[in-house]
Amino acid sequence: MPLPSEKEEVWRYTPIDALDLDAYAPAVLGPAAPAAGPLAEAFVAGLASDLPVRAAMVTTLDGAVRSVDRGRLDDRVVVGAVSAASEGALGQVLTGGDALVRLNDAFHPDAVVVDVPAGVVVEDPIVVVHWCGAAPETGAVAPASFPRTVVRLGRGASAGVVEVVAGMPEGRGLVVPVVELRAGEGARLSYVGLQVLGPSAWHIARMAAASDRDATLRTFTVGLGGAYDRSRTDAVAAGPGATTELRSAYLGTGEQVHDVRTLQDHAAPHTTSDLLCKGAVAGSSRSVYSGLIRVRRGAVRTEAFQTNNNLVLDPNAHADSVPNLDIEENDVRCSHASTVGPVDEDQRYYLESRGVPPERAEQLIVLGFFDDIVQRSPVPASVGRLQREVGIRLTEALHVGDGSHG
Amino acid sequence: MTDGHLLEVENLHATAGGGEVVRGVDLTVRSGEVHVIMGPNGSGKSTLAHALMGRPGTTVTEGSVRLDGVELVGLPAWRRARAGLFLALQQPIEVPGVLLDATMAEALAPLGAGPPDRGALSDRLRQEAAAIGFDERFLSRALNVDLSGGERKRNEVLQLGVLRPPFCVLDEIDSGLDVDAVRAVARRIESATGEWGLGVVAVTHFHRLLRELRADHVHVLVAGKVVASGGPELAEELEHTGYAAYASPT
Repeated sequence: MPLPSEKEEVWRYTPIDALDLDAYAPAVLGPAAPAAGPLAEAFVAGLASDLPVRAAMVTTLDGAVRSVDRGRLDDRVVVGAVSAASEGALGQVLTGGDALVRLNDAFHPDAVVVDVPAGVVVEDPIVVVHWCGAAPETGAVAPASFPRTVVRLGRGASAGVVEVVAGMPEGRGLVVPVVELRAGEGARLSYVGLQVLGPSAWHIARMAAASDRDATLRTFTVGLGGAYDRSRTDAVAAGPGATTELRSAYLGTGEQVHDVRTLQDHAAPHTTSDLLCKGAVAGSSRSVYSGLIRVRRGAVRTEAFQTNNNLVLDPNAHADSVPNLDIEENDVRCSHASTVGPVDEDQRYYLESRGVPPERAEQLIVLGFFDDIVQRSPVPASVGRLQREVGIRLTEALHVGDGSHG
Repeated sequence: MTDGHLLEVENLHATAGGGEVVRGVDLTVRSGEVHVIMGPNGSGKSTLAHALMGRPGTTVTEGSVRLDGVELVGLPAWRRARAGLFLALQQPIEVPGVLLDATMAEALAPLGAGPPDRGALSDRLRQEAAAIGFDERFLSRALNVDLSGGERKRNEVLQLGVLRPPFCVLDEIDSGLDVDAVRAVARRIESATGEWGLGVVAVTHFHRLLRELRADHVHVLVAGKVVASGGPELAEELEHTGYAAYASPT
């Protein structure tokens, strides 16, 4: 199977042609595997203290499960590594997939599985942390990681998962995560994905989500790190009455490329999906948002909404926004909207008319732009950490801290 | 109470969107005074308000605006605000994710200093909300997001009460408000004229504001010029005759 190419529509505007797999080697596993370094340990400890109330925490090193802390998790819930023998859990939601998914199939060391049986309600979030690049770049060879995660909720179950991809603080690296989410009948599944890799890493993530009859599936993916950060989310409303809420946020600094692709796939009647994707690009960074609402024949009374808002903070930054509709049914309500532009002049004037200096006004508006989406995270416990991660990078993006006011 | 501030507008000409819409306005406002500027739609009222505050896109082509002797023309809006001028917008702007209380903390923080005491600010916000019937639940929400038109207007007056500037310009503060709300807002503004000597320039094309707000001076603005000035009786007269009598023959 060939590697993806920029000639394909789903890879347009990306630097994927520059991907040279020979420059990467999958992480070493088994007894020779490197230990988690102090950076990884400090990161995990920090995350643990930011999410003090949690049901369970799983850590992996390059996708290999290193620890499973079940905390006060209900005994009936399965959390942890699934061995190759029982990998029937995989590929249930994500079918097909390109060459990068095949690479993950071949090289993921473990699959982290969260299996919540019918009727079980997990109140507190389950945290999954992947630290990538345990063996850093040596010579011409950079590390490649293939984390794999499956979350399944049975009928009427409820749970929230916070998954964090971090590591590769220096040097190049490639991280190709694959995540599958399934919300069974009437289940409520909330998922937050946070990517905070180092500035030279490539992150090419694929997520597939399915919601059955009357299920509610809410996802929020936040892309902050990496040189190239791609997240593709395909969410299918598979059963009647299913509700999907997709949220994404990205912030580009330096020369980053953020690339968000979404599919709201309506395969059943009376289904609802609502997508909101907000991003800002500063410096020479750029972003691509491309989203498709597909309403299949028979999916009557579909309601699907798609909104992409982009702030372009510097003259050399650039954002592309490509919304699409593919509707095969008549009795539906669908809409899409996108904006690309600098900080709103009226908003700035409004704050200035209260005496707020322009640099500070811009900072408040951009912080607010993100806060607006972060505050509504489907896993409320994640809000504090997300705000801090965004805040740190915004400080850099807006060149604040030099104390000068007009 | 701080007395003795002076706002002097002299021969002000301003353009917005290419055409000249303020064509030579003179106005002197002292602490505690209420000036109401009335005029039909398109007479230049809003342009005047924004020219005073310094909205980008509104250009002063001639004339001067001095606050206690400090020339405001040429200063950015935030400097004018810090000099002591406040504008209540006709259509207050939504700013998602930027909270009202946090904005007030920023606005009150002198340059280089930290924000004011949270407890004191929060008390003041609650007092001002109570004074004008603004729902306290809105105090820690994003600016104007999910607020009705009337609530947004109350929000402007609330901020005025929190910031306590020497002068304010009210751009159609009465539009979109019901009778009770106009009364509540007008009472708050009027009491501010005594409390800290607020000087008011209220721009409106409704007479009903004048039933609630005691005006010291009424000015009629037609085609960008003040064509008549007088006391409250001028508004009464306008109510009967309309603006037609003042229509300029240009």
